[in-house]
Amino acid sequence: MSDRALGVACLLLSAFYIFMATQIQTSFITDYLGPKFFPILIGSLLAIAAIFPIIKPDPDPDWPGIGRLVEIVFAVAVMVAYTYALPIAGFVLSTAITSGILSWRLGAKPLSAAIAGVSISVGIYVVFHLVLQLSLARGPWGF
Amino acid sequence: MDVFSQLADGFAVALTFQNLALALVGCFLGTIIGALPGLGPSNGVAILIPVAFTLGLPATPALILLTSVYYGAMYGGRISSILLNIPGDEPALMTTLDGYPMAKKGQAGEALALSGIASFVGAFFATWGLVFLAPQLVKVALLFGPAEYFALFSLAFATLGGIASQNQAKAVIAAMIGLGIAMVGVDHQTGVPRMTFNNIHLYEGIDFLVAIVGLFAISEVLLFLEHKAGAAPSEANQKLARVTAPFSMLKDTAGTMGRSTIIGFLAGVLPGAGASLGSFVSYTVEKKISDKKGTFGTGDPRGVAAPEAGNNAAAGGALVPMLALGVPGSGTTAVLLAMLMALNITPGPLLFTQRPDVVWGLIAALFIGNIMLLCLNIPLVGLFVRVLRVPSKYLMPAVTMISFVGIYGISGSTFDLLMMIIFGVIGYVLRKLNIPTVPIILGILLGNEMEKNLRRALEISNGDVNILWGSWLTIAIWVLAIAGFIAPFVVGRFLRPKKDPTVAP
Repeated sequence: MSDRALGVACLLLSAFYIFMATQIQTSFITDYLGPKFFPILIGSLLAIAAIFPIIKPDPDPDWPGIGRLVEIVFAVAVMVAYTYALPIAGFVLSTAITSGILSWRLGAKPLSAAIAGVSISVGIYVVFHLVLQLSLARGPWGF
Repeated sequence: MDVFSQLADGFAVALTFQNLALALVGCFLGTIIGALPGLGPSNGVAILIPVAFTLGLPATPALILLTSVYYGAMYGGRISSILLNIPGDEPALMTTLDGYPMAKKGQAGEALALSGIASFVGAFFATWGLVFLAPQLVKVALLFGPAEYFALFSLAFATLGGIASQNQAKAVIAAMIGLGIAMVGVDHQTGVPRMTFNNIHLYEGIDFLVAIVGLFAISEVLLFLEHKAGAAPSEANQKLARVTAPFSMLKDTAGTMGRSTIIGFLAGVLPGAGASLGSFVSYTVEKKISDKKGTFGTGDPRGVAAPEAGNNAAAGGALVPMLALGVPGSGTTAVLLAMLMALNITPGPLLFTQRPDVVWGLIAALFIGNIMLLCLNIPLVGLFVRVLRVPSKYLMPAVTMISFVGIYGISGSTFDLLMMIIFGVIGYVLRKLNIPTVPIILGILLGNEMEKNLRRALEISNGDVNILWGSWLTIAIWVLAIAGFIAPFVVGRFLRPKKDPTVAP
């Protein structure tokens, strides 16, 4: 079933891709193929390949249960939040919080997760910023 | 003789203090990354490329660091295979078959030492193979025109998808997704924006480093979260009595190492096949040749030496097409190719003439790295074993954060970080669906070159498509590509039923 869904999704994707390719403007400098040909070729080959999993799907993979799925979605949300927090709160604080949360969700007890978060953040800051001179996002306190 | 003088120049480049230090750091980090269950050479190099890149290292030192990580990870993969029965990555899978039984029999130290030596033999002689074979391949590659290159890129996709995946259609899907992503951005030939949705961030295309780190590192974290791999298995705590291999064991396995090195090297040179095939074929052949008493699978030292020599030789072999043709021979070399391109170095025949310092400095560094790895791996193996005790609940957050640091360091752009997370989610779904991620990377890397060569070929021929199969060289490459694509259908039937039982620990 998963493979059938994949095949259908790829068919839709290829249709969209080919449509987008036809919208590419042609410039006055054109070669024999032009900028549209290769994208259309890719879309067509994708469509052909997508038919196979629909006809002959592999056995379904072991999808995570709803609990684990929520966990994954939560982790992704944390990472996205981290991305936005980075330029505002700076590297050390946002990294300590994010890695602490990830560590907690991976099974660490809250206290050890907090310690892990702070250690990871400070460790990376020391190695990459202080030793290797890599510029990391600065927060209002300069780190 | 020419080769030797160039190699000597290479050693002059590699033997500077900075480069030796980088090689040592790379070997050390690589072994740790390889030893950790779940992380392999591709992830390791993928996470560290952006970091090396943001550190502003010049091309040769950066290459030396990352290839040392690559070789180190190939060595390190065996540690968790032998001690925990968990292969760090696919090439280390075959080592579990006899390595873990040896460890259970109380021969963990012997197995580790033997596998370290076998890894050294495989990698060392494969590097000699690289020294002699790559310049020869360059001579052929100098005859290549756009049509030949287009065929060669197709060959890379055909074989990479063919052998690496169990399902050709899915490999094609992956390759097309990668090629499709490569089309995003301004068309180099005409300056027309394509697939950019008028988003200014997309005009320069999608950075392959962002895609690589997302697909390899972030998706790995999501997989860990799914399984909640909390603590490291306690078996890693076992004491190692001694980490040496008795001379008699080395004598008994010398022939095995020799044969496996040759097989592994050849498997590595084939575009797309890589280390997994190297270790698999080496083990299978060795079992056919020397397993007279049926001891393979029960802790036979030859069953440890064969895949380890094979996979490390394949790692060296895979560098041959990567350096000489610009076509990677394995997943990890695809990642290394990305690194070269990020450093503004285009691998291929011209690299040997235009940047001999890079090529020969790198090859010399491989020799040095191998000796370092042997020295690190025999006495210090206890240290690496201790790393296995770091539970993934602390390790994976650190890996994630380093990925973020690397990508943010390159561009300082939030958009790139979001793209990386999106690629991570896509990578997770694709890996669940058994779709190989390496063809996607290859597509992103080679897409524009492939299109450029196709368009140039047709320009030369005034639009006559016959140019694509107009020379003996193109015909030979197409035949190889078709054979490489079809072979797994035929060979796979013989190989896979035997391979499956080995997957379950």
